[in-house]
Amino acid sequence: MSRLRRRPAVTTALAFLVLLAVVAVLASWLAPFDPYQQDLDAINQGPSGSHLLGTDDLGRDVLSRLMHGARVSLASSVLAVGAALVVSVPLGLVSGYVGGRLDSVLMRIVDGVQSIPPLVMALTVAGLLGPSLRNIVIALAIVFTPTFVRLVRGQVLAVKEETFVEASRSVGATGAYIVRRRILHNIASPLVVQVSVTLGFGLLAEAGLSFLGLGIQPPEPSWGAMLNRAYAYIFETSWGLFPPGLAIMLTVLAFNVLGDGLRDTLRGGR
Amino acid sequence: MTGAGPALLEVEGLRKSFPGRRRRGRGSAEVRAVDGVDLTIGRGETLGLVGESGSGKSTTGRLVLRLVAPDEGSIRFEGREVTTAGRQELRALRRDMQMVFQDPYSSLDPLATIADVVGEPFEVHERLPKRERDERVVGLLEQVGLGATHLRRYPAEFSGGQRQRIAIARALALNPKLIVCDEPVSALDVSTQAQVVNLLEDLQATHGLAYLFIAHDLAVVRHASHRIAVMYLGRIVEVGEAETVWREPKHPYTEALLSAVPVPDPAVQRARKRIILPGDISGDDDSPGDVARPVGCRFHSRCPYAMDVCREVDPAPFPVPGGWAACHLHTDGPKLAGTGVAGLPAPVLTP
Amino acid sequence: MTAGDAVPADAVLEVSGLTVAAVGRGRGRDRDRQDPLPLVQDVSFRLAPGETLGLVGESGSGKTVTALGIMRLLARSLRITAGSVRLQGEDLVQASERRLRAVRGNDIAMVFQEPMTSLNPAFTVGNQIAEAVTAHTGMPRAAAWQRAVEVLELVGIPRAARRIREYPHAFSGGMRQRVMIAMALACEPRVLVADEPTTAVDVTIQAQILDLLRRLQAELGMAILFVTHDLGVVADVCDRVCVLYAGQVVEQAEVHAFFDRPWHPYSAGLLDAMPQSCPPGGRLHVVAGTVPTPDALPAGCRFHPRCEHAQDACSATDPELLPVASGGLARCLRQHELHLGDGAGARS
Repeated sequence: MSRLRRRPAVTTALAFLVLLAVVAVLASWLAPFDPYQQDLDAINQGPSGSHLLGTDDLGRDVLSRLMHGARVSLASSVLAVGAALVVSVPLGLVSGYVGGRLDSVLMRIVDGVQSIPPLVMALTVAGLLGPSLRNIVIALAIVFTPTFVRLVRGQVLAVKEETFVEASRSVGATGAYIVRRRILHNIASPLVVQVSVTLGFGLLAEAGLSFLGLGIQPPEPSWGAMLNRAYAYIFETSWGLFPPGLAIMLTVLAFNVLGDGLRDTLRGGR
Repeated sequence: MTGAGPALLEVEGLRKSFPGRRRRGRGSAEVRAVDGVDLTIGRGETLGLVGESGSGKSTTGRLVLRLVAPDEGSIRFEGREVTTAGRQELRALRRDMQMVFQDPYSSLDPLATIADVVGEPFEVHERLPKRERDERVVGLLEQVGLGATHLRRYPAEFSGGQRQRIAIARALALNPKLIVCDEPVSALDVSTQAQVVNLLEDLQATHGLAYLFIAHDLAVVRHASHRIAVMYLGRIVEVGEAETVWREPKHPYTEALLSAVPVPDPAVQRARKRIILPGDISGDDDSPGDVARPVGCRFHSRCPYAMDVCREVDPAPFPVPGGWAACHLHTDGPKLAGTGVAGLPAPVLTP
Repeated sequence: MTAGDAVPADAVLEVSGLTVAAVGRGRGRDRDRQDPLPLVQDVSFRLAPGETLGLVGESGSGKTVTALGIMRLLARSLRITAGSVRLQGEDLVQASERRLRAVRGNDIAMVFQEPMTSLNPAFTVGNQIAEAVTAHTGMPRAAAWQRAVEVLELVGIPRAARRIREYPHAFSGGMRQRVMIAMALACEPRVLVADEPTTAVDVTIQAQILDLLRRLQAELGMAILFVTHDLGVVADVCDRVCVLYAGQVVEQAEVHAFFDRPWHPYSAGLLDAMPQSCPPGGRLHVVAGTVPTPDALPAGCRFHPRCEHAQDACSATDPELLPVASGGLARCLRQHELHLGDGAGARS
């Protein structure tokens, strides 16, 4: 951690993300306006004294919607990555350590899932289950799982050959013990890096899907949906694109910079 | 006298092959790493297993512990057959037989504390509460010259010699009767080697441990072992008391090996009878190569004293005082009949 | 300061006061740790034509840094901060990179420990040798390939004309080491720097390689700087010995004299720690403690915390490298009082 302190870009990114998380959690208290409150006399206005970031096409305060939207965007990304991890880590561990036919079968299944384009997957899920936050999370989790499974499996394959694993076997340790106590913490760092980068990607994906109308439904605020609304009025005022667009960009950038920083610092992995 | 009484470990006819790569379209695709190994180790005895790369000595060590499953052969530990042991029995056996590995830099989990590393055997077999585990670990660390202050540290904070000591401490945890040391000092500097070897000897005296001491450095093996077995291409070619093998080798390969170990005295070293073997084990110098394994003695293509019979018949072990040697020189040709090879005149060798 | 032992004045390689330090460690807020950290300090020795000098030390002694320093192949974070390296009179430390490229491989060549990593796996062996030849001599390609065949035969690779078209992975470890030596010799350098060339190979292959080096030296009149930690190898091939400890030369001697009577306690410790020095059934002699790291050097004599013969003065004064009666040099305050070593005879 002390090494991280030496890289201002990374610490800035981390600080930004922490701040964002705080804002997302406390949005109800921090937001100046009710995000659903419409004011049809003041639509599509630029920044002003009362509305720091202006208003959207229904007169709702952009800043407040941005804050509440952060909750949705972050949550969907975190939940999607979390769900993917819950499924992929055990699968990757077992597949990598046990190997053999189990590994072959699992990998072919993973190949199959991975060959479906993410967008098609999202459309299918939305089509089958209806558009909503929950279903975006499911779709994204499915999309992320193959990458994580491969990553975990690859790391396990490498660590499995290390002498200290053989040493544990020679002491009489079972496979479960070895995976739990010897392998798991040795594969953590590349996984952490991948998680960080994927969180950024998840955010982008949620924004994109909401933009397409597949995700969060109005009047719920989400960054992607806000972009969608602002896009419709692009010839009258382009201002509406900036707050959600910048928010998305900065957050994804922060996740990526954090991921880079972690990768450089946590050289423990392979 | 060590080794008195029933043998601790008896190995017979051990064989193990690995699928290999085709080398320049020659030979089978299989590598016979261990090809018929017999050995015994008595209680409290150190058997040195010497050989170069490709000799199969490391594989033999792993087979004894059943880290690798043998293709054929029998391994009896205190009379119990290891090769057919079920899971429970194998776990019990693992308490009695332990291993110390060659590379101190990769044999300890870099992200585990010393307490975790040395305490692992306790976790696996006895499920002790943490306090008690740590106490036992401290006891072990003290036996190898480390202490309680090292408990919470990580392997990266220790030198190669210290890490080997940590590995030895772990091996001692369950009071084993046999420790297989796979090149325990090869990766260490000379002065550190001495420390570790002395430690192993001290522990043997205190605990009555037996060792299978696998190494390629004949000088260290001679010092550390009671008996020595010399391996070449998957088979043992000579066994005997350490001093005897060192001073009076009965097999040409042993003689060549000894000849290659430099003597730390320039005058003597430069005046010695030298045997420089042509080529190497893989036959890379276009000699037929022993890997192709035609009939006959596996050493014949490089042997300075090779005779016709050596090309055709695989020599049987010939008893010599204190052991045996598998070489036709004891039964044919200039009949050594159990005496040392060095007595033969220096052979004419193609470089 | 000059190396004063009995070496003819026409040294082909003369290293004087060589000091190599690690620079630029720490970034940003660690700027206060910017002082260069010496890894090798004030190393001097000479090499005469046709002579083999053993540069001996354990890990952390600085022997590889010295060898790389001589070749000017140090990593960027290391720098030569003092001293000179004169190859046939020309100081390589002052030479431009362009001049160095002309010299390396041509007048002075290096053989490394791991043949796996020094041979380019993507090119044939012949290609690599011919490339070196062409770069230095400007020979046309056909002639360069012919030279490559010659030099492979010289190092004892059978059917060289055929094997020259093969890739490094087709050779075994010992053969690869020979190929590396062939590459180093292709342009007939005056000096060969061999950095632990036999450490990674089996002992019987080591015997072959040492035999080869001896033969080549006799045929080509080359000088060899043989970097090693193995005193047995030193006894086999070296004419003189230079012992390094914690970055300093602690002893230099002619080889027979060295084994017969070392003048520095560390040298004696190394000799005594060898298993061959131990009578059967005895305990191996141990040099207590560990080699100090460059950033934590003891005050006074760097070896004193581990030395059996240390006295109070040893922790206060850093001894100089001074001549001893046998004609060598030793860095020990007590060198005139101590009588170390029980003679080479006890070790065979």
